[in-house]
Amino acid sequence: MAVVKLFGAWLSPYCYRVIWALKVKGIAYEYIEEDLSNKSPLLLQYNPIHKKIPVLLHDDKPICESTVILRYIDEIWPQNPLLPADPHERAVALFWIKFADDKSPLISKLFRTDGEEQQAVAKECFEMLEVLEEHALIGGKKFFGGDEINMVDIAFCSVAHWLGVIEDFAGLKIFEPHKFPRLNSWIQNFKSVPVIKDNLPDTDKMLALLKRRREMLLASKSS
Amino acid sequence: MAEEVVLLDFWPSPFGMRSRIALAEKGIKYEHKEEDLRNKSALLLQMNPVHKKIPVLIHNGKPVCESLIQVQYIDEVWHDKAPLLPSDPYQKATARFWADYVDKKIYEVGGRVWKTKGEKQATAKKELIETLKLLEKELGDKPYFGGESLGYVDVAFIPFYSWFYALEKCGNFSIEAECPKLIAWAKRCMQKESVAKSLPDQQKVYDFILEMKKHFGIE
Repeated sequence: MAVVKLFGAWLSPYCYRVIWALKVKGIAYEYIEEDLSNKSPLLLQYNPIHKKIPVLLHDDKPICESTVILRYIDEIWPQNPLLPADPHERAVALFWIKFADDKSPLISKLFRTDGEEQQAVAKECFEMLEVLEEHALIGGKKFFGGDEINMVDIAFCSVAHWLGVIEDFAGLKIFEPHKFPRLNSWIQNFKSVPVIKDNLPDTDKMLALLKRRREMLLASKSS
Repeated sequence: MAEEVVLLDFWPSPFGMRSRIALAEKGIKYEHKEEDLRNKSALLLQMNPVHKKIPVLIHNGKPVCESLIQVQYIDEVWHDKAPLLPSDPYQKATARFWADYVDKKIYEVGGRVWKTKGEKQATAKKELIETLKLLEKELGDKPYFGGESLGYVDVAFIPFYSWFYALEKCGNFSIEAECPKLIAWAKRCMQKESVAKSLPDQQKVYDFILEMKKHFGIE
């Protein structure tokens, strides 16, 4: 039987994308937690180009980059498909997944910046949410995937969970439910799905780690 | 049913070139519409309201945005000729990884080569060569990234070759001296009609870059 291993980091939304996809498909896997401040020789061997998590190992073959991994998982295990079958609908789904990939780094940038720079990033985040509200969730769908979550829902996990935690931490208010009613419904629906709800990093733990990391960041800036 | 295929494009765009090559590889007849990016058409704004960018592929009235998504769409819909992506899922994943790498690196680093001077430009040149050498290593002894025939990564990457002359002139360096195998690959691709007729003349691209530099006040 083929062995599936996942190298990840518990705080990373990109790691959770892969966990959810594997669980939706009912695939057993071994999870290996990486210390990102001290990356293992195995990780560096399996992802020499980017040296990042997540890395999926299937039959000892490494696959890197979360979106590439998600598409691989969807192709190898076709049950509970994560992309539409129709080529045009699939192209639209891939468009939104790319949008999520391009814009998600803004959310962690919120945490790493302050002052004027942070304000500029916050503005970009707000604009991203506006685009989603106006263009992506039209038609009164429960999820981007329709009645069930698909790869697009999974790709926007940073918006669903990580944004709120970072806002709380940084004392920012970018996402306001009354300003983004469709997005707000989607977030509630997404986080109610059992496979998502049961597999989300604990908010208090996240805040504690963010606080420690922020202190380290500031200390290194002033030294 | 008659297929109606339109490509909204801008001649020096490496992203537009990707779709041109894919359409040519498949022998698809299409209407090519050149956009003036300082005065975007109503059609472009309607078909790509989120980014308002080219290229946009319009197939029977339905838009597909983002060049690599277009290439994948073209490969899926017209799957009976010149397949661009391998059928094996692991090889497909490898191809997607490298196309993603090209997307993340070449345009941004290449942009810094012609947009900056002095130390910033020196850093950009160094990064560009490192990136190209990695790609050269991935190519290895294969005639194409796709193996024996032009594939997804070749289509993703070869358009940037039309910008090499401009980058070399702006940065005063030779890419061929550093990456001879890569240039050999590029010339091999250029022998294919689908590539040769999709890429603009390198001198024309250089003239365009010089105009852009003047426009943005870059020496």
